[in-house]
Amino acid sequence: MSDDQITIEVDGKSLKANKGQMLIEITDANDIYVPRFCYHKKLTVAANCRMCLVEVEKAPKPLPACATPVMDGMKVKTRSKLAVNAQKSIMEFLLINHPLDCPICDQGGECELQDLAMGYGGDVSRYQEKKRVVKDKNIGPLIQTDLTRCIHCTRCVRFGEEVAGLREMGATGRGENMEIGTYIEKSVNSEMSGNIIDLCPVGALTSKPFRYSARTWELVEKDGIAPHDSVGSNIHIHIKGDRVKRVAPADNEAINEVWLSDRDRFSYEGIYSEDRLQNPMIKEEGVWKEVDWETALDVVKQKLGSALESHGANQLGVLASPSSTLEELYLLQKIARAVGTNNIDARLRQVDFSDQNSVSQFPWLGTSIADLETLQSALLIGSNVRKEQPIINHRLRKAALKGAAIMMLNPVDYDFNYPVETKTIVAPEKMPMELAAILKALIETTGQSIDEQTKQCIDNIDITDAHRKMADKLANADDAIVLLGNIATAHPHFSLLRSLAGLIAKHSNSKIGYLSEAANSSGVWLSGVLPHRLAGGVESTNVGLNTHAMLQEKLKAYVLMGVEPEMDCWDSRAARTAMNEAELVISLTAYRSDEIEKYADVMLPVSVFAETSGTFINNAGSSQTFAGVVPPVGQARPAWKFLRVLGNLFNLDGFDYESSSDVLDEVMQSIGEIKTNNMDQWQSPTSLEPASNDLQRITEIPMNMIDSICRRAVSLQKTADVSDGAIHINTALAGKNNLTDADNARVEQDENSVTLKVVVDDRVPDDCVLIQAAHIAQIDLGASFGSIRIAKA
Amino acid sequence: MTETAKTILTEHTRSEIDVWLKKYPEDRKQSAVLAALREAQHQNHGYLTTELMDAVAEYLGMSNIAVYEVASFYSMFETQPVGRHSISVCTNISCLLMGSDDIVEHVEKKLGIKTGETTADGKFYIKCEEECLAACCGGPMMMIDHKYYENLTPEKVDEILDGLD
Repeated sequence: MSDDQITIEVDGKSLKANKGQMLIEITDANDIYVPRFCYHKKLTVAANCRMCLVEVEKAPKPLPACATPVMDGMKVKTRSKLAVNAQKSIMEFLLINHPLDCPICDQGGECELQDLAMGYGGDVSRYQEKKRVVKDKNIGPLIQTDLTRCIHCTRCVRFGEEVAGLREMGATGRGENMEIGTYIEKSVNSEMSGNIIDLCPVGALTSKPFRYSARTWELVEKDGIAPHDSVGSNIHIHIKGDRVKRVAPADNEAINEVWLSDRDRFSYEGIYSEDRLQNPMIKEEGVWKEVDWETALDVVKQKLGSALESHGANQLGVLASPSSTLEELYLLQKIARAVGTNNIDARLRQVDFSDQNSVSQFPWLGTSIADLETLQSALLIGSNVRKEQPIINHRLRKAALKGAAIMMLNPVDYDFNYPVETKTIVAPEKMPMELAAILKALIETTGQSIDEQTKQCIDNIDITDAHRKMADKLANADDAIVLLGNIATAHPHFSLLRSLAGLIAKHSNSKIGYLSEAANSSGVWLSGVLPHRLAGGVESTNVGLNTHAMLQEKLKAYVLMGVEPEMDCWDSRAARTAMNEAELVISLTAYRSDEIEKYADVMLPVSVFAETSGTFINNAGSSQTFAGVVPPVGQARPAWKFLRVLGNLFNLDGFDYESSSDVLDEVMQSIGEIKTNNMDQWQSPTSLEPASNDLQRITEIPMNMIDSICRRAVSLQKTADVSDGAIHINTALAGKNNLTDADNARVEQDENSVTLKVVVDDRVPDDCVLIQAAHIAQIDLGASFGSIRIAKA
Repeated sequence: MTETAKTILTEHTRSEIDVWLKKYPEDRKQSAVLAALREAQHQNHGYLTTELMDAVAEYLGMSNIAVYEVASFYSMFETQPVGRHSISVCTNISCLLMGSDDIVEHVEKKLGIKTGETTADGKFYIKCEEECLAACCGGPMMMIDHKYYENLTPEKVDEILDGLD
């Protein structure tokens, strides 16, 4: 027994505890229930609701279990007359101002106050005076407020301060006039704001999209995995009848703790978007016709068969969404390879594939998610992690608050909810130079040797104190990491960034990791949905075309799985052109859109998350399998089932799966062990190109635009994190072009031009134009990065 | 500090806040929030606006809501537009015994407004009495702006009010 361990007695039971723990932690750990409203294990102790009063021997009055540190030999009674009377009195106070509107309250049935009122509330109110009424304020599209119901536990206030890092809720007024709220009419903007719905013990903060659509006791709770980032947050899917009604986080300390990003919480609305494809459809002489699956399969077999026959398998390109399940991805590549093509890819927002052979088994986070918290130093390259992987950002935030040096090299001055040690904001094409300078500073301070080629490359670079500082922070930390984010992956010189990042990691003895983009970005690599690798990372003898090449070369036929190429690909214009000019496009899609209908020949309705069973492998390499929990909309079917039948139709061997778990067994067998190891063979950089004088385009994908489900989730689309179809330029560039906010600008890339609104945005560096992708207005522009021209329209 | 706080808070206000900031450690700027709000309220002739509170938040590196909390907690801060002379007649026990009710009635009649209201010309505001103003030996008493007036009679009140610009 260590010195810190003590023994206390609760309700006659002897319990072990550590010094410094609060009483409620011990009772919770030992399944002794103490009622509470304000205490939450992930938030600081406020001790303001007083519901957890318990009797402690030798204390003159009841003490709050949440704020009473344990002491050796302490004797506690949680159910004594004194304790229960105290709890009942507190409940009477809490109910004074609480409305009796449970029948119309969304929290009814899962309300902590309602539950406890059953146990501790009196049946008659002694209070005759007027109840307090609070006027509600609209705090945005996601959270419904009914603050008359508030019992002032301040969990939402503490969440803002301690977790979201953005204090938006507060307690204004005094005494009986105190109100919880935002004081002014404003939207709460945190990317994790939905968590206050779970935290609120009463019906004061409830889900706005879910409002009045079901009673909580009608809901069935099923487990799932969130499909919109590479974290793989665990979720509970709440279902009524055949419909997903809402999503809430499931506890998993190793991944999302108890939190969930707003995107993962509210995206389910996209499942029931009006443009869901209900039936298989085929285009006959330019007219779309609904058919049954049998007919559709025949048409696919015949059209695909004849395309393969007349143009050869090399003219077939296969693109998959990186949010597809592992089973879908695996079957897709199995079919593609069986019919003879290696033109398969799911790296849609990438353009530089030149070093793809030197990547290890999959782009790994470089550490476990939980261990991010204990980092001492991190260099993030091209990442808006706060919006891209909010849960990862939360871990980094915890590290930063403990004193870790979080450093950024970004093309846009993104806002972070923790202190950033240093940030370098430069045009995309200057990013390699900055990394090279950090590398050079590192070599100087550590005195390590470096290969001749790299040496020559970085010899003439000027370094500043900022570079030295970054180098020092990495080199002097016991636990440091270099992380490459979504913007780095999309960078035209990704391989160069990667090799420089790798060298920095190597010479500073840091880890290196990838903040990959989608729920199954890891699964893409492991299942072999790559032109150069088979399942399990085995090198393919024939290397096919990557996404970008497939679109550039305008193949004759494409099969798309969950992809809207004009929205999801690095070069939206090339994607649209390739699709429009192809002879055959077969789209496995959950949705119809004008674009798809223009280029596709067959649309096959496939299931989205919650409708299909499958597996995601997150960025830390954890494989998480989930079940389909609701039947698919209309005639939609899980893509893996379609692919299995297609395999049979083409008389391919090995497509006799009974269930998705059969498929999973096969994939897992071919993957073998998931190797969490990023010790790639770092290629030395060959040259650093000097920056051009052109304006540079920067492309970001706002968090609620990343995939077809999010883009159709109506409430998420009302938030600020969507594409605005504008160009963002800083004051200097606006001035130079005689543009101001809300002007129209003619924007040109290559020979293409569109007219877009101007937003003056000083987060953008000089001579750069930030465009938010996946917006219909900018599709015609094309490449995500590179030269761009603007002028007043 | 960024430009917004600079443009909204006058140089005088900022220099007054800076006097207070010097009394606290560098990383405890929010300790000056009461003083800062008081200065901001002065600048605006008696009441705070959201804009002013945001500027104070920015100046002190606090979140806006934290400043709203403070401003709405203390009765000395007005968060709604009020007249530029704030009249508080003490009606607590000592003053009450000395006839503060008559004083209140007189002030209300003279200005033609009720307690809690502002005159149409924006000159006077009768503030709701909050607590004893601690001038019991001089009751009945009132405070106008920051000045105490004791041993009041209706005549004396007329004189005081007429003397304000």
